[in-house]
Amino acid sequence: MRGNCPKLFTVFTENSSSFANRTSITLNFRHFFLGFAYILLFICLALSIILWIPLHTHQTQVPSVLFDRASLDHLPELVVLNNSLPLPTQKNCTYYTCFDVYKCSHTHSGKIGVYVYPVVEFVDKDKVPITRKITLEFYNILKAITKSVYFTSDPNEACLFIPTIDLLNQNRIRPKDVGKALTSLPYWNDGRNHLIFNILPGSMPEYYPFLEVDIGYAMMTSGGFSSLTYRSGFDVSVPIYSPLAGEAAELRKQNFQDRKWLVISSQPNIHEDFREVISEMAAEHPKFLVLNSCASSPLDPRLRCRDEEIYNFPDILLNATFCLVVRGARLGQPALSESLAAGCIPVVVSDSYVLPYAEVIDWKSAVLQLYEDDLSKIMDLLQCVSSDRISEMRRKGNWIYTRYFSSMERIALTTLRIVNDRVFPHIGRSYSDWNDPDERHLACNTFALPIGPPRSQGFTAVVLTYDRLESLFHVLERISKAPSLAKIVIVWNNQFRDPPPISSWPRLPKPLQIVRTKRNQLSNRFYPFPEIETEAILAMDDDIIMLTTDELEFGFEVWRQFPDRIVGFPSRTHVWDGPNNRWKYESEWTNNVSMVLTGAAFYHRVYNYYYSSAMPGDIKSWVDDHMNCEDIAMNFLVANLTGKAPIKVAPRKKFKCPECVNADLLSVDLSDMTAHMAERSECINRFAHIYGRLPLRSVEFRADPVLFKDNLPDAFKRFNEIGSL
Amino acid sequence: MQAKQRYILLFLSCAFLALCYFGGYRLKGLFPDRGRHWPSLDCYMDSEELMEHRSFWSLPPKQRQEEAKANTVREQCRMETCFDFSKCVSGFKVYIHPVEEMVAMSSTYRKILNVITESRYHTTDASQACLFILGLDTLDRDSLSSDYVRGMQSKLNSLPHWNGGQNHIIFNFYSGTWPDYTEDLGMDIGRAILAKASISVQNYRPSFDISLPLVHKEHLERGGDILPVYAENIPAASKSYLLAFKGKRYVYGIGSETRNSLYHLHNSRDVIMVTTCKHGKSWKELKDERCEEDNAEYDRYDYEVLLHNSTFCLVPRGRRLGSFRFIEVLQAGCIPVLLSNNWVIPFSEIIDWKTSAIWADERLLLQVPDIVRSIEAERVMALRQQSQLLWHMYFSSIDRIIFTTLEIVLQRIQQHLWRDGRVWNSFPGGLVTLPYYADTPSRLPWNQQSSASAAALVTGGQKDKNASQFTAVIYSQHQTGSPFVPATSSGPLLHLLRVVSRSQHVARIVVVWASDAPKPPPSRWPSLTRGIPLHIVVPQQKQNIGERFRPLDLIETDAVFSLDEDATLTTDEIDFAFHVWRHFPERIVGFPARTHYWDDTKGQWGYTSKWTNEYSMVLTGAAIYHRYYHMLYTDWLGPLLHKTVDQSRNCEDILINFLVSHVTRQPPIKVSQRKQYKNSNLSTVTSRSPWNDPDHFLQRQTCLNTFVALFGYMPLIRSAVRFDPVLFKDPVSNLRKKYRQMESRKYATQKKILPSDPVSCWVGEERKGVPIR
Repeated sequence: MRGNCPKLFTVFTENSSSFANRTSITLNFRHFFLGFAYILLFICLALSIILWIPLHTHQTQVPSVLFDRASLDHLPELVVLNNSLPLPTQKNCTYYTCFDVYKCSHTHSGKIGVYVYPVVEFVDKDKVPITRKITLEFYNILKAITKSVYFTSDPNEACLFIPTIDLLNQNRIRPKDVGKALTSLPYWNDGRNHLIFNILPGSMPEYYPFLEVDIGYAMMTSGGFSSLTYRSGFDVSVPIYSPLAGEAAELRKQNFQDRKWLVISSQPNIHEDFREVISEMAAEHPKFLVLNSCASSPLDPRLRCRDEEIYNFPDILLNATFCLVVRGARLGQPALSESLAAGCIPVVVSDSYVLPYAEVIDWKSAVLQLYEDDLSKIMDLLQCVSSDRISEMRRKGNWIYTRYFSSMERIALTTLRIVNDRVFPHIGRSYSDWNDPDERHLACNTFALPIGPPRSQGFTAVVLTYDRLESLFHVLERISKAPSLAKIVIVWNNQFRDPPPISSWPRLPKPLQIVRTKRNQLSNRFYPFPEIETEAILAMDDDIIMLTTDELEFGFEVWRQFPDRIVGFPSRTHVWDGPNNRWKYESEWTNNVSMVLTGAAFYHRVYNYYYSSAMPGDIKSWVDDHMNCEDIAMNFLVANLTGKAPIKVAPRKKFKCPECVNADLLSVDLSDMTAHMAERSECINRFAHIYGRLPLRSVEFRADPVLFKDNLPDAFKRFNEIGSL
Repeated sequence: MQAKQRYILLFLSCAFLALCYFGGYRLKGLFPDRGRHWPSLDCYMDSEELMEHRSFWSLPPKQRQEEAKANTVREQCRMETCFDFSKCVSGFKVYIHPVEEMVAMSSTYRKILNVITESRYHTTDASQACLFILGLDTLDRDSLSSDYVRGMQSKLNSLPHWNGGQNHIIFNFYSGTWPDYTEDLGMDIGRAILAKASISVQNYRPSFDISLPLVHKEHLERGGDILPVYAENIPAASKSYLLAFKGKRYVYGIGSETRNSLYHLHNSRDVIMVTTCKHGKSWKELKDERCEEDNAEYDRYDYEVLLHNSTFCLVPRGRRLGSFRFIEVLQAGCIPVLLSNNWVIPFSEIIDWKTSAIWADERLLLQVPDIVRSIEAERVMALRQQSQLLWHMYFSSIDRIIFTTLEIVLQRIQQHLWRDGRVWNSFPGGLVTLPYYADTPSRLPWNQQSSASAAALVTGGQKDKNASQFTAVIYSQHQTGSPFVPATSSGPLLHLLRVVSRSQHVARIVVVWASDAPKPPPSRWPSLTRGIPLHIVVPQQKQNIGERFRPLDLIETDAVFSLDEDATLTTDEIDFAFHVWRHFPERIVGFPARTHYWDDTKGQWGYTSKWTNEYSMVLTGAAIYHRYYHMLYTDWLGPLLHKTVDQSRNCEDILINFLVSHVTRQPPIKVSQRKQYKNSNLSTVTSRSPWNDPDHFLQRQTCLNTFVALFGYMPLIRSAVRFDPVLFKDPVSNLRKKYRQMESRKYATQKKILPSDPVSCWVGEERKGVPIR
């Protein structure tokens, strides 16, 4: 709604300024100011009303108590009753046994509704607060949730409830009292469908890897689960947020330093058992830097020391390839986030630690994990890691950090997203959605299997025609002899003339369907018509009458081996026109093939979807406007998706200038011809510009039958009429 | 007029002020941050905690770990506490306890043991073993079942290497029995890893146990090809039913609720849910009011037809969480709709099931048709492809299931290995990916092309060099007393060296000297143009013909051009083959093609070198392939396959074709070659030539059939395509063509050099038929 405001505003100003013109001309100076005041007031009024309307509707959704950070200073107090008996945490909970899915089932939007309790301060009967003041991180979590798409202010619509007691750090709360406070929440219901945000569980001296609060059936997030306490598919493991990580990420953007150290161990106060092993290794390897807190200021998180040398933290992480993340008293360590942010590959040595978001993130490609027993072997391992893998892991780690770790807001939303995927698994994000920095294409899935469809499925010939009936009939008669042809689809691109009655079509042994189009566009030939039922499409121009049955059958055979490529007959190539500094389209007899024209070519029907809906830039409309280059566009599309070259089948024939057909240049004039070729060169340059690179790949081979041109009698050869004119 | 204006002005001002007064506070929401007092909020972690200043350890980590290792109870077993890594330092070997002949064993367990015994993992030396497998059938631990082995506990405890179950894997399909079907095995497995079907989230020990699929007795022991399933069941058009299920229901008792309510979904149009109450002996006593009706509907549909004609198939729980449906549905090319709450789906540690199955919730059974209907066509296609892929890679036969299990354990032992979800979930999968070959997937042959196109512009240096050049590996195997004198001015080997060294792309030439004659001294080898390094390698076991595929450190390039010393090629042919290979780095690209055929009269596979319209093998006498296949050949193939080659001193080129076809499921590629025959009349093609030794062919044919038996199926795929240069034999001037030598007759005269000029197209393999004395 807000997007509309500026528009309305301009409408008003235009009206009023014309009004102002009229008054200023006819009335005197004073009247002009008076009029001006009118207008000003009128505009103000209009503006206030316009702004008021959206805010008014918006207002009902956001409870002011959350939206307003100022009110955190004086929260309403709520006394925790001592007689309530909290249900102990259920260790065996799973999503199916402890989560009431019926509360979520009525939403068809595929989004869980999340309700956030109003923020109050719980105090015991002596008016002493049971938790310390709300923290910035928890405030950010609540803010992120209330602003997210999942938020609902109606507890009856909610599927997930977020208590607003700040439990991020167990050291800041009184666990017994918090358990009682939770039971006093109005929708608590023994904790069902509640999500407790915690990051640092356990406290001295045991540091139990689970929040020691009785939360009943509630789910929990934590930064320190061990695989013994983590309830798989129910709890969510989150990263230990560190404000220093953000600084490291900023630093990383600014400078690209040489990574001088191979490994850094930067954690302060690692246990003596580990420190001994680490120091021993560091003594042998000069590229191993071991840091500890500084004796002079042991509490300054920005300083680390090696004996007397002082290093700035987190800056030093930018100088290392690998960063050691060893377990401390708690399993999860903030060093994980910090090193990911700094582009330093974490080496996690923490037995049974459940890595953050382990449910969805595949950590194998971003961190190295080792057992605590193997700590001493670490240098041997790290020295063997190839530079390819280092850069891959660094890229991946950085991607994970910015996407899921970089702020409390992201941490909260990622958590909700995971819960949402559990409730609506059929629309949940897949492995590649969660893990792959590169955008995954449908094409990858379509060609997941290494082989093409069976021969018995056959192919569908799609023939685009306008009005050249005679030549069309000739083509149809020819191709219909191919045994693998399943069906012919005629795309009738002429809106001014009806297709001739069935009686006048040639009698064909194969089914034929005519599709009429609404506009005379070249893109119509690549439209994903439901009439096309086979995976293979043979695109044909209506004047390619020289193809033999053997050639078609062989072409289909080749396509079945390479279903992700364009496999066809007329080939072209692109060459770099050095003097003019641009690409040139080449149709001469050359040793290279980088395009196969769709005047006679097989391709997979999935590319029709891409051509119609996922072509970058304005290529599609440009092609339709200029009535040219649709075949070049298709070659660019496929090459860009697969990174592979097309395959030319059989030797060159004298095709009747397939390019000319598209432009309907029936009388081939020499000057027209050159203009036409120039336009096609222009296409290549234009498309390359839109793609940002030239995706075409050039090859020097073509596909022939095994015994082609071998000195054998024809009787021994399966495909004989290949290359004959 | 004036007064009127003033009133209007006054009114407007009042209205504005009123609006500001009543509604203005809402405007504040627009600028919440401006001019407000912000209470300063604490950080949840103070610097003391950040620096772990007061960190306190109730137990030092070493001690805590020792205690955990000593005291961990079964439910809390994890790799770090219950597994002895020290046994796996020398390698990942599996030992099978001796099988007691007296104790009955189910056919499935026998298959499992067979598969492991014949695999590369197996060892007979318990002291070398990392993993131990019982010789006792633990698959069926339902005490009412006929396969139940009694007195298991005492048998276990008396095993010499049992050691409290440490480093053991226990395979199990059924546990518990009527009426509650618990997951109790009726024995104490101690610290053993449990590989079990129907395991529940509550009992699954993460990163320790493994969830298996439940398989039939008839499940293939090995092999299991992708093709027939694919061909029949993935038509492009949608299938006739949307969602289908046909099976028993239990009327009452554990796990019966879900199946009992399935009839609500049945609409006999596109959602077919038919159940029967008939099971066991006494079903009639327990039947409910729907049974008659259900049974009638049940008989209307054929199970197989239903599965094959449905897009989605329901996989509901039975008495236990997992059911045979899972495997059956995958096999039928149907997309599974899982309806089994708390079930740990098979191999979920490595497989991303989100892209290949639909999850449903038993509690929301009635929503299942809506969920299934809401999935758009493209996603259905992708789901079907991916589920077929997973079926093929990990479930289609017992050996794949067992090897996947072992590889998962290996991956846990070596946590730092890089085989991530991308490798496991895309073709050809984790089983054929040796993690120690390279540490990024982009170095594997099948990923090379995509990564090359993506990173073509940014990389440089050594990697590019490795991709743009090849190493020629020439296998020299001349017998003593042969007329060949290696270092004289002529001879096929020298000629070949010269031809190869003229190629622009050759990085290094390696001669594998398998001849019994002593290696000629370095001075007698020619120096090659452009300083191309020439290495002579003498294999340790000369008679072992598989030595030519040993992964040598000398081979640094991705491409290996494997040549027999008597190969007659021109430089153009070599360059062209390399050009083609760079576009198909996962395949074997080469010249001499052979084919296999089914000999119906003998009921076995036949092998032929005749000129046919199709081929399925390209012999390594002159072929180019990725060096990764050297490693697969040497390390990955089972010992029996190696033994076959070693004993026959033959067939190694057939085996590598089997290997590559098995891995890639694609045929090799033949490129055109000048024909090397003297008289081009028909007789050379059809009639037997003198060198065409029938014994030799017989031997190769035997090899072929042995390989088929050991692979479990025929992996070779035929192709009718040959790759030629673009202008090959086109009516244009030869000067315009890039690879001119490939058709000009002039160069063919060089064949005079050959002392034993072949009469037909290729001679490479037949030489090996001569028994070596």
